[in-house]
Amino acid sequence: MSAADENPLLDEFTKKEYEFGFTTNIEADKAPPGLNEAVIRLISAKKNEPDWMLEWRLEAFRVWKTMKEPDWAHVEYAKPDYQAISYYSAPKAKVKLNSLDDVDPELRATMDKLGISMEEQKRLSGVAVDFVMDSVSVATSFKDKLSELGIIFCSMSEAIQEHPELVQQHLGTVIPVKDNFFSALNSAVFTDGSFCYIPKGVRCPMELSTYFRINEAGTGQFERTLLIADEGSYVSYLEGCTAPQRDENQLHAACVELIAKDDAEIKYSTVQNWYPGDAEGKGGVYNFVTKRGICETRAKISWTQVETGSAVTWKYPSCILKGDGSVGEFYSVAVTNNAQQADTGTKMIHLGANTNSTIISKGISAGHSQNSYRGLVQMGPRARNARNFSQCDSLLMTDTSGAHTFPYIESKHPTARVEHEATTSRIGEDQIFYCLQRGLTEEQAIGLIVNGYAKEVLNKLPMEFAVEARKLLTISLEGSVG
Amino acid sequence: MLKIDNLHARIGDTEILKGLSLNLDAGEVHAIMGPNGSGKSTLASILAGREEYEVTEGSITFDGVDLLELDATERAVAGIFLAFQYPVEIPGVSNINFLRSAINSIREQRKEEPISGKDFLAKVKTCGQLVELDGKLRDRSVNEGFSGGEKKRNEIFQMAMLEPKLAVLDETDSGLDIDALRIVSEGVNAMRDANRSFLVITHYQRLLDHIVPDHVHVLANGQIVHSGGKELALELEEKGYDWIVEPQAGKA
Repeated sequence: MSAADENPLLDEFTKKEYEFGFTTNIEADKAPPGLNEAVIRLISAKKNEPDWMLEWRLEAFRVWKTMKEPDWAHVEYAKPDYQAISYYSAPKAKVKLNSLDDVDPELRATMDKLGISMEEQKRLSGVAVDFVMDSVSVATSFKDKLSELGIIFCSMSEAIQEHPELVQQHLGTVIPVKDNFFSALNSAVFTDGSFCYIPKGVRCPMELSTYFRINEAGTGQFERTLLIADEGSYVSYLEGCTAPQRDENQLHAACVELIAKDDAEIKYSTVQNWYPGDAEGKGGVYNFVTKRGICETRAKISWTQVETGSAVTWKYPSCILKGDGSVGEFYSVAVTNNAQQADTGTKMIHLGANTNSTIISKGISAGHSQNSYRGLVQMGPRARNARNFSQCDSLLMTDTSGAHTFPYIESKHPTARVEHEATTSRIGEDQIFYCLQRGLTEEQAIGLIVNGYAKEVLNKLPMEFAVEARKLLTISLEGSVG
Repeated sequence: MLKIDNLHARIGDTEILKGLSLNLDAGEVHAIMGPNGSGKSTLASILAGREEYEVTEGSITFDGVDLLELDATERAVAGIFLAFQYPVEIPGVSNINFLRSAINSIREQRKEEPISGKDFLAKVKTCGQLVELDGKLRDRSVNEGFSGGEKKRNEIFQMAMLEPKLAVLDETDSGLDIDALRIVSEGVNAMRDANRSFLVITHYQRLLDHIVPDHVHVLANGQIVHSGGKELALELEEKGYDWIVEPQAGKA
């Protein structure tokens, strides 16, 4: 299939999706609810997987059954009934998209405000996109162009078929199957995701992007992303997420593994806008995600995230700085409004000497939401002259919202240096009035102040993503000062 | 241009303005002086549309429009500018970006086209020179890390950029050294013309040496108790307020 043939398909999925609202009436191939070995065998068989993959899944399932759902995070929610979820939902091949009448006006209005859809923007600016709906990769663009450079960018299912040795060698090496409850669950039941391999010394010429969407009701999304940057290579990767508005909670338990070999650099950016639930906290996505990267010698991994969606977020994109001189960065803006809860942060594990990490976290709490930063900086016994700088700022928009900071610091090397700065501030009536007096509307004033506050992080995003993120920040905080 | 009639206003249970009346014609500079707590800054806040203050009686019309019906943004669009006594800092928002957003917001509400990049930059240059605001300050975040004098100069810079019909200067001289006072005053004087009015609120006569007013009013206990020409400021400097302001019980 040539790139020219693929694009109309992508068009169909992306454009229709946003033109006609937020649920897509596609006949889906869906497994009955429940989780047991038979379901896992079904998923594996549906995907025509090799035996080692099935064994890996079954092992993960066995481990998961012995694990308990974690409850140490500063969030409260009704634990999902894991037997009520359907673990496989795929749009049937060659489906025709139908328009829907039951478009939610609120969500529609939000999209109208964003003007042009996320996907359109990225496509127009020549970004390669992998589109994952309900855990199944639908379309990948620019594949031919990338393959000329030896870059592999495809769905995880395809990678398992086409590049089994690469997958088998790396899958689960950064996030082991038994790492945590959600990653074990993901390992057992993931249905798709993105796979990317950048060969030695290659600088990927365009932004790679995955766009995730939960569509089917009563399904979970368990995608698995594996990104390998071979020695001396560079890649910038973007991830966007949305979900339709539904009354019930939807579970999203993804795993993202990044591997940066010697002298490689990976920049991973996320704009997460899963449905946050309504103003009273009904519905919304549970975003329980494990993201981790490993850096070999002098390698660099940079995580940038703008989190505005989800009812509950549990997410700690982390770096294992294994190689000497490796660098880890985490730049985060997390906005919570209404009844949203976020417990997010990072882990910087310094194993090698002269490793360096930077953490810039900006929390914004509005409504009666709770926003927590939780971060671990660990200096291992070999981490000679390792350095960390952390800055955690919290901005409160209302007196009914909460901001919390939970930093953990462990140092096992006397020469390691860790710096931590934290501030909490209230968005000032005075600041807003100052803006109004100069002729700005309240909406513009809040947008300006909040974007100014988050500037250090937004500046780290690729340009077209930054524009979108700024709009998103303003929209998600509209009318929220009190 | 501005007509304030029998204005009563309070914050919480405290009545601050108690029947204030004032008329400003186009092109005039009026100075408001008065002791601490007389209601000077309250007047400035009310004109700009701060919502904490409740107007209980009286009226304010601006260019024939009922000002009290407009919110703060609409007043700015109508051409009212307040130079704040304590300008706030807005971290991460550059002065230039802030002003451009403000100008374009006002233009949009006036159903005008956004300002072109070229025109905007040309304007930034001329207005910056007016108050000797160097390029670095223009590019830095709004008021962040500015000295007291720089903040006040930045207020006048913004005023020049926004070209208001009525500029209210709330104790713009406070915290200024002699040089900064001169710079700020020269900036204001350069902006004086037949269509623009100024309401200059100050404690001290020295500002009025530089910005020479057409009228001087004494505000005390929430009312204008005395009005005169520019010489009144000198008289106040010499004699204080006691000879005008009725002595409070037990204080005489």
